[in-house]
Amino acid sequence: MSDIPAGIETLDFSFSGGRRVAAFAPVLVGVVGSGNLEVMLEAAAGDGCAVRVETSARGFGPIWQAVADDFFARHPIGGVRVSINDMGATPAVVSLRLDQAVAELPEGASA
Amino acid sequence: MISFAECSARERLALLLDARSFHEWIPPSERLTSPHLVQLGVPSAFDDGVAIGRAKLDGHEVFVAAQEGAFMGGGVGEVHGAKLVGMLQRALRDRPAAVLLLAESGGVRLHEANAGLIAVSEVMRAVLDVRAAGIPVVVLIGGANGCFGGMGIVARCADFIVMSDVGRLAMSGPEVIEASHGVEEYDSRDRALVWRTSGGKHRWLTGDCDALVEDDVQAFRAAAMAAIQRSCPVTLEGLEAEHALLETRLHLLPLETDGADAATWLWRELGIDQPERVPELDVGAVRTLRTA
Repeated sequence: MSDIPAGIETLDFSFSGGRRVAAFAPVLVGVVGSGNLEVMLEAAAGDGCAVRVETSARGFGPIWQAVADDFFARHPIGGVRVSINDMGATPAVVSLRLDQAVAELPEGASA
Repeated sequence: MISFAECSARERLALLLDARSFHEWIPPSERLTSPHLVQLGVPSAFDDGVAIGRAKLDGHEVFVAAQEGAFMGGGVGEVHGAKLVGMLQRALRDRPAAVLLLAESGGVRLHEANAGLIAVSEVMRAVLDVRAAGIPVVVLIGGANGCFGGMGIVARCADFIVMSDVGRLAMSGPEVIEASHGVEEYDSRDRALVWRTSGGKHRWLTGDCDALVEDDVQAFRAAAMAAIQRSCPVTLEGLEAEHALLETRLHLLPLETDGADAATWLWRELGIDQPERVPELDVGAVRTLRTA
């Protein structure tokens, strides 16, 4: 028996020092299906990049931290709120979805 | 050609409607998510698996909903259903040229039990209200999850159904029939059987859908453009005629077919020449076979 409790795990990561993105309409990519996730980007006040993950796969906090760090290293953006609903996506899928979301930002907005 | 089945709900909206004309109501950023799933430890979707809004189709204003089959099989939960009902009720007030439902659903989302069941019944009532107001309701079915359960009933409450050959429409899904009647009666893993009894070609030949198209977004768009031109008022005479048609169909088949395929038997009784060829034929050829 695992000692990891059932239910959704919520994880928060935040980054600062990124380049502030010009205001944009919310972007949604991906679907909450098995092994998949949805990523929403919204414009936020300030120049931080806040990432919130809601996942059904509990106990993977350090891996999410690494994926989030890697994302911010690739796309140092600020003034952005990243919201994720995850149904057990692998790190590679998460990274691809994050890249896809940034690619959907309007021309000139993305870092 | 872009496969309708392989598109997500939002990709379908973007490709089927006039370019960039879709305006969403209660978009994902409003986070109107299911209050039930989180209690069960199941991830939510920001749009609860359905996008609703207004758009243009060939220049006509339409209201539209698209269900996302990849999220919980397109299951109708409380919020999902309320979004459908709200869109339909708004159509009563604003009178668009038509309402389009891009249906892809296994039916009620069982996690939400009674709330989902009530939601689906409210959708049915709202569809009939919109029809009664003379606004055509057009259902498009071509997603990999098909259109089953409560949404199957909703579809049959509409004015017009467009299906692709890969689309499926039925009440109980294959696994449900197998579970209740046994694998000897219905083998849910027999894909050919499943499509013979619920697929687009079968629904076309029996008259349960009104247009049969290729699995192509532009084919769905063309069929939807044609469909929004006509409303079919709900009348007592129409319902009685449909009941008579269904009763006739019921008696076309014997109780036992002695191992012969029942769907093929039915097609033959409907007057279709060489019905055993149907599964092999392309959509264009099947389209010409309908007898009534």
